[in-house]
Amino acid sequence: MADITNQSLNDIIENLKKKKVSSTDLTKAYIKNIESAKKLNAFVTTTFDQALDKAKQFDKKPNFDQLLPGIPLAVKDLFCTENIKTTAGSNILNNFIPSYESTVTKNLWDNGSFLLGKLNCDEFAMGSSNETSHYGNVINPVGDQLVPGGSSGGSSSALAADLTPATIGTDTGGSIRQPASFTGTVGLKPTYGLCSRWGIVAFASSLDQAGPMTKTIKDCAIMLESMSGFDEKDSTSINKKKEQYSKNLKDNIKGLKIGIPKEYRVDNMPKEIDELWEKGKKILKDLGAQLIDISLPHTKYALPTYYIVAPAEASSNLARYDGVRYGYRSKQGKDLIEMYEKTRSEGFGDEVKRRILIGTYVLSSGYYDAYYLKAQKVRQLIKKDFDDSFTKIDAILTPSTPSSAFKIGEKTNDPVSMYLNDIFTVPVNLAGLPALSLPAGVDKKGFPLGLQLIGKALDEQKILNIGYAFEKNCGFKNEIKKWWS
Amino acid sequence: MSLDKEKIKHVAKLARISVDEAKVESLTKDLNSIFKFIEQLNELNTDKVEPLTSILNQSLRSRKDEISDGKIREKILKNSPKENEEFFVVPKVVE
Repeated sequence: MADITNQSLNDIIENLKKKKVSSTDLTKAYIKNIESAKKLNAFVTTTFDQALDKAKQFDKKPNFDQLLPGIPLAVKDLFCTENIKTTAGSNILNNFIPSYESTVTKNLWDNGSFLLGKLNCDEFAMGSSNETSHYGNVINPVGDQLVPGGSSGGSSSALAADLTPATIGTDTGGSIRQPASFTGTVGLKPTYGLCSRWGIVAFASSLDQAGPMTKTIKDCAIMLESMSGFDEKDSTSINKKKEQYSKNLKDNIKGLKIGIPKEYRVDNMPKEIDELWEKGKKILKDLGAQLIDISLPHTKYALPTYYIVAPAEASSNLARYDGVRYGYRSKQGKDLIEMYEKTRSEGFGDEVKRRILIGTYVLSSGYYDAYYLKAQKVRQLIKKDFDDSFTKIDAILTPSTPSSAFKIGEKTNDPVSMYLNDIFTVPVNLAGLPALSLPAGVDKKGFPLGLQLIGKALDEQKILNIGYAFEKNCGFKNEIKKWWS
Repeated sequence: MSLDKEKIKHVAKLARISVDEAKVESLTKDLNSIFKFIEQLNELNTDKVEPLTSILNQSLRSRKDEISDGKIREKILKNSPKENEEFFVVPKVVE
């Protein structure tokens, strides 16, 4: 049959069911793609032998009652995988082999899938271009020398290059949605608490959330259904009945009220982004949705708030990397304190160190009120903006990013300009809401651009439905030439 | 406010990260540009706003105080950079 690896997850599952392809042949096809795509540097670790064993086991005794029957999946290297090295893109975890499995990956395997490999990411998920990884830059399949976005850059690159049928990432300030936007793929950050954080290397615990990255909305629904669910091992996990997102997917959005926030039209926004937003509004309007102008007045304060809250939490979370119990230990250091200092200095990269220092400073005695407490108060105002708006609307439409993918090295000398990439994605994390990035068009260079749909807490089904209707009517097709193989 | 080199060295000490003297200069520049950006928040009056401490409208669950695992010493020690049968080993702390 024709190349199976460029099909959607849903089509692949259908083909497996109809016996048009076996799990073993499917797995072999992905392995072949991965081996010819080393230039993209999307993988930190591959688990081919183990994957082929699992595929053979599946083919011997296929079970199609599962959501992901016989599906090989590569996942971001931030998810702990039992007996498989987990680096979080950091030198400090270059030898860490977890003795346990993260809840989210366990849920995926329990639904019939198995691990194909671990995907590169920004170090501890801190970055917007995958350039902070200790394991090298990842290349965007859209074009040589282009960043794939970050921090889930290995995930977006592997997905767009047909190296995995679907994948998962984590999103603390945009780390699923921005890379999805840069690669013409779908990315969903679920409501805070919908997917368990247990076994995910922590960055900023009040913001971190795992979510799917896929080629289509239907695939996104299948993956979300597979990975989400209550987990008593995560104290912030939401205890609610599991939803059947894929079965309940509907493309009728007539009468839905879509908010258009005026604050997302930022200064110096490229004309193409504005045009894309207009195109999105028109599509939804033509489908019978009602557009409503709204105001989220504290939007411009979201990024400064994030750059206090996230580093503060990171500095606490990353205090555990001290070279004593696991991970890298410096060979230098005469005494315990010096061993800590050298280990952390050699083990962490520059961006991670910067954020630890910011976090340590804003939490330090005498500065806590001026920075951290202030940020918590502004976070309240940002959340209230959304709460007030959602009394009158069903969802919000915005651009996903202020630009398309940029070149490697273009923003590395200016941390603030790198941070500005997340200007449209960060508010959602601060408010704990679900948001979906949808591929919607290309800029004049032909690079993909995304639009973002933001929903009420736990209203994933609604934004998936809007995305589903949008996808059918948008006419976007991700045309990626396989120049790397 | 601006951060000077001495302040940054002090914060690095608190964070247990040794900073290369050669890198202090560029680090100072980067952190100051980030703090300039962060300090936009001072435009807002937040005197009457309650800080947001949890995004969920629920208090954290606590589990029952029961032992649910154990006998996993080997697993715990497996990743330690240096071990001695049943302990983590660190450089000498007290002379």
